[in-house]
Amino acid sequence: MRVVSDALSYLATGSNWTRDGGILELLGQQLLVTLAALLLAVVLGLPLALWLGHLGRGGFLAINVSNVGRAVPTFALLAIFVTADPWGWTGGFFPGTADLGLLGRAGGATTVALALFALPPIITNAYVAMREVPGEVRQAAVGVGMSGWQRFRRVELPLALPLVVSGLRLALVQLWATSTIAALVAGPGLGRIITDGFIRTRYGQGIAAALVVAVVALLLEVVAAFASRAVALPEHRAGRGGRAGGPDDVGSGAAPVGAERVGTDPSHPAGDGVGVETST
Amino acid sequence: MTLLVAQAAGPSCYSRLVNEWFCWQYVEDRRSEITDALVQHVVITVVALVLALVVSFPLALLARRLPRLESLVLGVSTGLYTIPSLALFPLLVPFTGLTPTTVVIGLALYALTILVRAFLEGLRAVPSEVRESATGIGLSPGRLLVRVELPLALPVVMAGLRVAAVSTVALTTVGSLVAYGGLGNLIRDGVTGDFRAQLLTAAVLCVVLAVVLDVVLVLSQRAMTPWTRGARA
Repeated sequence: MRVVSDALSYLATGSNWTRDGGILELLGQQLLVTLAALLLAVVLGLPLALWLGHLGRGGFLAINVSNVGRAVPTFALLAIFVTADPWGWTGGFFPGTADLGLLGRAGGATTVALALFALPPIITNAYVAMREVPGEVRQAAVGVGMSGWQRFRRVELPLALPLVVSGLRLALVQLWATSTIAALVAGPGLGRIITDGFIRTRYGQGIAAALVVAVVALLLEVVAAFASRAVALPEHRAGRGGRAGGPDDVGSGAAPVGAERVGTDPSHPAGDGVGVETST
Repeated sequence: MTLLVAQAAGPSCYSRLVNEWFCWQYVEDRRSEITDALVQHVVITVVALVLALVVSFPLALLARRLPRLESLVLGVSTGLYTIPSLALFPLLVPFTGLTPTTVVIGLALYALTILVRAFLEGLRAVPSEVRESATGIGLSPGRLLVRVELPLALPVVMAGLRVAAVSTVALTTVGSLVAYGGLGNLIRDGVTGDFRAQLLTAAVLCVVLAVVLDVVLVLSQRAMTPWTRGARA
């Protein structure tokens, strides 16, 4: 168990946290990459998925694209992006320049690769969430004379929101754990400490970094849980007192088509809990 | 200079001067290398999945008996997902060394967490009337499990296995960190050597492999559950 004591002493050494390229700096980088990737995935995927869910069309496409997306290794995507050098043909629009910039070359590639990795669960969850709004509610909304946009904005979206947000939570934790993979292409983040420790056979160091990643993942999950409660509850308080359960009820309880199976894991209701998908 | 250009314009689409993404010449020239990597990828993936299946079934049965164990199993498996695969493989190296075993165990652990849930969920979905009538006609608990519960749980278990299989194929590439990543090794070498054809070929093969495995699983599920087809017709 020398490895464990090595890990603890690595964590106990202050300079390992504060020095250049230390834990804190890499932690910051990884958070930045994770959040940027999540933002990118949300901007790209969420409006489309919500609108398709509203229309009730393209579900087959949304879900199958997601399933194929799972088969693409994030490592492969990352490798392709780093090698492809998109800084040339996007005229510098790609995040960061080749050598410097906010995240650097590998950082930009990681952000885009991770965003693509996060798209499938976000799209599937948002689509399923919109489809799970009960048909009677939809019809009632038509009955009181709401337009398509009003139904979307004032009926379906509030009801779907808890499940959508839980999908984002799932994506956040997955993204965080997966973003360590940037180290395989010399990118930013705590993965650097892990691979570095591995290459120099300082396994304690690798374990220490893995511990930090795991702890931050749990912290992110807790923060996201609070955030999602803050988002979801007011909608439920406002005049919809009839719903007995918590916000997650929408997802795990009343799924008519076994639709929650579609999400990330067939055996795991999309409504609850921590990310259950392999972090490639 | 003209000489160099003339050489580059030859049949090869990969050289010091040309670095194409799509290059059939590469596939032909390095066929044995690609095949080796592909075989390694398939072997590692399949062994990991079989190991996970073999371990998860008794684990799920135990968890079903003991509710306390169930929450423990589910808790541990959720926690396991916060460990990045990049960290898991190096974590195992002190115990198993730089061997395929390291990758197989790591992948099996991830697949295990999906499969235990799938088994639990599938067995729970068996209607209690079915279970009671099976007991009523005198089936022993063992025969009840093998002849009634397992077949009925199969669709859910297979759905879990499909997710696990596709994820495992993708995850195997990370095994290149310990030199046993199958196609991941080609991807890694493609990055370090800036070899686009190799990179893209390996990536495409990964996706193809995942799709093929998925199709095989769907077909075998159909073969194993002939009654579902009969009911639909």
